Amino acid sequence: MSVTILPATLPGTRRRAPIPPVILFAIAWIALMVLVAILADLIAPTHYATQNLRARLQAPVLWGGTWAYPLGTDAIGRDMLSRLIYGIRFSIMIAVIGTLIGAVLGTLLGILAAWRRGLVEEAIMMMVDVQAALPFVILALAVLAFFGNSFVLFVIIVGLDGWERYARLARGLVLSAQESGYAVAIRTLGASPLRIYGGHILPNIASALVVQMTLNFPGTILLETSLSFLGLGIQPPLTSLGLLLGSGRALLLNAWWIAVLPGVVIFLTTLSMSLFGDWLRDRLDPTLADP
Amino acid sequence: MLVLVLLKTGRALLTVLLCVTFVFVVLRLSGDPAETLLPDNTPPATVDEYRARWGLDRPLPEQYVLYLAAVAHGDFGRSFGDNRDALEVVLERVPATLLLGGATFVLALAIGIPLGIVAAIRRNTAVDRAVMGFAVFGFSTPNFFLGILLILLFTMQLRWLPSSGSETWQHMVMPVFTLGTASAGTLARFTRTAMLEVMGQPFLRTARGKGATEAIAIRRHALPNAAIPVVTVIGFQLGGLIGGALVTETVFAWPGVGRLLVAAVSGRDLAVVQAIVLLVAATMVTANYLVDLAYGLLDPRIRDARR
Repeated sequence: MSVTILPATLPGTRRRAPIPPVILFAIAWIALMVLVAILADLIAPTHYATQNLRARLQAPVLWGGTWAYPLGTDAIGRDMLSRLIYGIRFSIMIAVIGTLIGAVLGTLLGILAAWRRGLVEEAIMMMVDVQAALPFVILALAVLAFFGNSFVLFVIIVGLDGWERYARLARGLVLSAQESGYAVAIRTLGASPLRIYGGHILPNIASALVVQMTLNFPGTILLETSLSFLGLGIQPPLTSLGLLLGSGRALLLNAWWIAVLPGVVIFLTTLSMSLFGDWLRDRLDPTLADP
Repeated sequence: MLVLVLLKTGRALLTVLLCVTFVFVVLRLSGDPAETLLPDNTPPATVDEYRARWGLDRPLPEQYVLYLAAVAHGDFGRSFGDNRDALEVVLERVPATLLLGGATFVLALAIGIPLGIVAAIRRNTAVDRAVMGFAVFGFSTPNFFLGILLILLFTMQLRWLPSSGSETWQHMVMPVFTLGTASAGTLARFTRTAMLEVMGQPFLRTARGKGATEAIAIRRHALPNAAIPVVTVIGFQLGGLIGGALVTETVFAWPGVGRLLVAAVSGRDLAVVQAIVLLVAATMVTANYLVDLAYGLLDPRIRDARR
């Protein structure tokens, strides 16, 4: 056996490429959005439904408005800054809950398929194929049309978007993980399936699933904002970035800011999340990176 | 090849059947179909006739078979809006959507794929970064926001293009751009990745080693091998286009199926919703079926595979 001379770096001090400035900006923007969502009640100047009919359609401060309404007001004199802050809260909240619903359900089904194999696996993968063959938004609209819209139903539907991707990914990862040494060892020791899959295999495949979550997140935000924009998602008096944008559509000529401000926020959020997700994927799993 | 075609055909038919079953289940869970699928002012005699025809008084399995038969005959119920056959209402909107979707699809392919190839060949140059920047921008901008920005710029500021309707070619410019940007971006990205993967392969080194020029190496050896992942993505793009058409048609008042679906969901015109969902499902399954067969044509190895 030959002696290998290791490079003079200690584990943990391995040199990593510095984070590119674009990614830093993306992380900063996401952090800002999360903070705004959490602290909405503290930082919003007014409640999102507070009206001031004397101050309708005021322009943002840079376009001739006043500091009383830094981002202007809408058609019934509601402060755009406050509406934007609460819109961010609702949209981010729905996207986070939705992403968790899809990830948990999809991962469970994927693990189940890999564990039971046979008919269970066939049935689950058949459902995955059907889902992948249908545009999710059409399915979502069908369910909303048949059952009517409610907040809880809407969040669940938004969450189900992309479950099949987690299922497919988790199944593939578990199939290879359950044959690896540590899984065989603990199975031989007589561990229960819950312990094998929950305690040992899941932590080992978690990083790939987390990357999938960040890659799915922009799609979830877009689904919620699109449906709300069409008037088929979040219903007034609640608000969301998509609903805000939709309400500004009729007023483009007089008050462009009502539509443009939420649009910019949605764009920057999905862009940041896509960039961050791509970067995270490349960093955690170099084999998936562009060669 | 024959085995492959038979297998894929069976799978496609099974998928359609599952979609119809899904709609059947959702429909039954949401109430009495005679009431949900017929307009409010339908005379009681017609309702009874409808119940009898669909066998709503019989056991569920029998209802299921009758439902399959009705769907197979194109009977989806009547539209609330103007009390016409739901399928008829949907079908007259199809040409507008096909025009918009077709133009977008062709443009997205014509822009996305060449951009991806160029980015791969000029990897890590300014060209590559510009293309990738466009791609990320393309699929991060929500359709509804892009559409509104275009209207602000080209209709309200410059007064060059009309913001709604579908009479002339000018009406198509903004909807096609709105709908196609995301697809073109995604295609460019996938084509680039697929090309880069192929360009690192030994067979390309061999081709160059035998004295093939770079142009021939890429055209004859790299492109055909990069085609498979790209065709897969083209299949997926269709789903994205259908979803995007909902928003784009609504923003630009384009008289297509997407706008009809949004209106039908708002008005709970369930017969129309049902017809559109099944029509879209059939379209998507057919498209995926064609993509699967295209693999077989593109790659002899898949032709002989059993699955």
